[in-house]
Amino acid sequence: MNEFLHQLLAGLATGGIYASVALALVMIYQATHHINFAQGEMAMFSTFVAWALIDAGLPYWGAFALTVLLSFGVAAAVEFIVIRPMHRAPELSVVVVFIGLLVIFHSLAGWLFGYTIKSFPSPFPRDAWYGSTLMSAHEVGAIVVALLMVALLFGLFRFTRVGLALRAAAQNPVSSRLVGISVGRMLMLGWGLAGAIGAVAGMMVAPVVFLDPNMMTGVLLYAFAGALIGGIDNPVGAVLGGFIVGVLENLIGTYVVGTELKLSVALALIIGVLIVRPQGLLGRRLVTRV
Amino acid sequence: MKPQAAAAGAPLLQVRGLHARYGNTPVLHGLDLDLPQGQVTALLGANGAGKTTTLRALCRLQVQTAGQVRLGGQAIEGCSTEQIARLGVGHVPDGRGTFMGLSTEENLRLGSHARASQQGAEADMARIYGYFPRLRERARQQAGTLSGGEQQMLAIGRALMGRPRLLLLDEPSFGLAPLVVKDIFSIMRRINQEEGVTILLVEQNARLALALAHQAYLLETGRVVLSGTAAELRSNPAVQRAYLGE
Amino acid sequence: MLNAPSPPGFLRSRGLWLAALALALSLVWLLKGYQLFQATMVLSYAMALLGLNILTGYNGQISLGHGAFFALGAYAAGALMEHAGLPYWATVPAAFCVCGGAGYLFGRPALKLEGLYLALATFALGLAMPQLLKYKHLEAWTGGAQGLVLMKPDAPFGLPLDADQWLYLFALAVALLLFWLAHNLLRGSWGRAWRAIRDHAMAAEAMGVDRSHCKATAFAVSAAYTGVGGALSAIAVQFVSPDSFSLFLSISLLVGIVVGGVGTLWGALYGALFILFVPNLAEKVSKAAPWAVYGVVLILLMFVLPGGVVGLLRKLQALARRRP
Repeated sequence: MNEFLHQLLAGLATGGIYASVALALVMIYQATHHINFAQGEMAMFSTFVAWALIDAGLPYWGAFALTVLLSFGVAAAVEFIVIRPMHRAPELSVVVVFIGLLVIFHSLAGWLFGYTIKSFPSPFPRDAWYGSTLMSAHEVGAIVVALLMVALLFGLFRFTRVGLALRAAAQNPVSSRLVGISVGRMLMLGWGLAGAIGAVAGMMVAPVVFLDPNMMTGVLLYAFAGALIGGIDNPVGAVLGGFIVGVLENLIGTYVVGTELKLSVALALIIGVLIVRPQGLLGRRLVTRV
Repeated sequence: MKPQAAAAGAPLLQVRGLHARYGNTPVLHGLDLDLPQGQVTALLGANGAGKTTTLRALCRLQVQTAGQVRLGGQAIEGCSTEQIARLGVGHVPDGRGTFMGLSTEENLRLGSHARASQQGAEADMARIYGYFPRLRERARQQAGTLSGGEQQMLAIGRALMGRPRLLLLDEPSFGLAPLVVKDIFSIMRRINQEEGVTILLVEQNARLALALAHQAYLLETGRVVLSGTAAELRSNPAVQRAYLGE
Repeated sequence: MLNAPSPPGFLRSRGLWLAALALALSLVWLLKGYQLFQATMVLSYAMALLGLNILTGYNGQISLGHGAFFALGAYAAGALMEHAGLPYWATVPAAFCVCGGAGYLFGRPALKLEGLYLALATFALGLAMPQLLKYKHLEAWTGGAQGLVLMKPDAPFGLPLDADQWLYLFALAVALLLFWLAHNLLRGSWGRAWRAIRDHAMAAEAMGVDRSHCKATAFAVSAAYTGVGGALSAIAVQFVSPDSFSLFLSISLLVGIVVGGVGTLWGALYGALFILFVPNLAEKVSKAAPWAVYGVVLILLMFVLPGGVVGLLRKLQALARRRP
């Protein structure tokens, strides 16, 4: 029983990471109705930037804050320079552009920072009061961070003018313009937020799996699964989905198929959800009167 | 950009030499319009005459334009669509332009982005629910599930939330049952009379439009061919034959 | 007989077609060893791209995981040759059937997936494939992480050709057969149904096209073609291992059809040339970050040439025609 509990909690811990990346994915989807296939690589790149800052002598939280700001800026710039000009292009071209971004960020990280595995510090001290034998302080901290981000985002989308404008701009840019919303600015904001969230997620994952350019590829897949299970247009759902995927991955990996097939588990989950309930647990099923 | 007050007696909207084209296809060939403040002006014409294009051109939406447009004396030809909205132009587009995935109330709230100041937005929303009680019933409902008439009311309400000086209405009667249309038109009269909102009304249904409007323009293939008071157009025999079915 | 308009870009003129064929044949003697191997790989990729194009270009379903079917074809060839002693030429139709079946099985339940959701599901497929191939319970068939070794066949009947030349000719024959088959499929009722679903699914259904069956067959044919490409590549490389079929392969395939020209047959060839040679060229531009260069090239191409190489050629043709 103790072992099960341990696996469950470990699943929640990794789930927190998936939840954070899923949040970034939902963010971009809500803002632009695109799926950012490059999200993992962008988060990984941000984490490397943080590592470089810490290596250069900055204290952890200083590097953290600076990285988040830079990631916000870079992501917003990417939207403006690369994605915006494609807004009339066919879906396939846009997907290829995302793939191009994926490849660029991955390669740049390798080039600028090297492929050797690096260690990344955790801001949650090993012997903190909230750590225990069941869950390390970092695992607890990562979960809290994920929950905090989703709370902030949920509040943003649901209760603020800007949040509503973000959703509107994604759904109906023409009508948004007619009510005075600057759609371009909303797009950049959406991307910037996703970049910032991704950076945080990367910095939560790196202490656990160590930092190298391939760090986020698997995580991205689980994050996708999480976002879909929860509902690709719902931040709370994305986080919930991320936790569910983390737990399922761990439990199924430990008790059913063994850890080598974990990615296939994610695959099965994704397909299953998409077939059975494409809007996910909390997503809104869009009804259109024909 | 801050909106300027119109000089007394001057028209709220002055249009000179408005040309518009979609890509390489020219649609408007030099329109001149004057919209007196606080009055309802109708833009009539058959399908394809360029009525919707005119409204789009005024908002610089999806169409390339040339010519002069002055709102309250201020030149707006260089402004973007959202800037024009914020200057007090409420555009109720053809097809309603509803935010399908959002609730009715969220749709209305979005209208307030065009306001100069958020003060009084809640009061305005209450007033709009007063005009359209059906919307209050459906406040939390997904807007995509509303009927055509309700979506039209929602679109008008959304535009009104922006406290517009000028309301552009594109074919509000389109696809709606006669009773619903009557409802909507009487509310538009109220809005014009009680709040002094200047209205530019594009309508294929000339009879309805001329009953509401103070003056009207008749468009044919992108040009103004006739203009005058509503009474003048109503009694014009050519108009009667072609557009009033008499 | 009512002739449906042929999908443009294929049989533009008999002369052009024969010239291309002559050129392809002459390569047997013009190229040597490694270059012939590269030519064979171009043909394998071209078939794979043709498969993906059938699904994405003509039927409108985006797949980011076609590397999985390429892998399946390659492993089918390897496993059948290694464990069942099948001769190399039989593995090609075998791969066709196996992958076709797999494609249908994947396509049928995946029907509810539209656009981005399908892209996502196939992305997961492409990502999970290497892990699946390394799975220890399948090791008996797949050779696990070490993979399988294949034997390159010698020319039959004592023909005066070395192994590389013979394999190239074999691949060329298969490619010609498959292109011809694709041309007829796309021109016929299957192709029309696929395009109808792509352009307006609701209207197509209203006209009696069975959407589920149609999409599933598109998947099946697409997977079959890609599988054949995989099988040929396996025989050429003489080796299959899980890590050769990573997500990057699926990505390359998608890039290939877009660069070549989505929804065209010749685009498969141009795309194959691109994905085989451009990464090498990118390395010459920047030794340190060749993939970054590749990514930049991709993005620029999407901006400048959304119609791919075929699109560019058509524009040039139109320009040439306008000059008196």
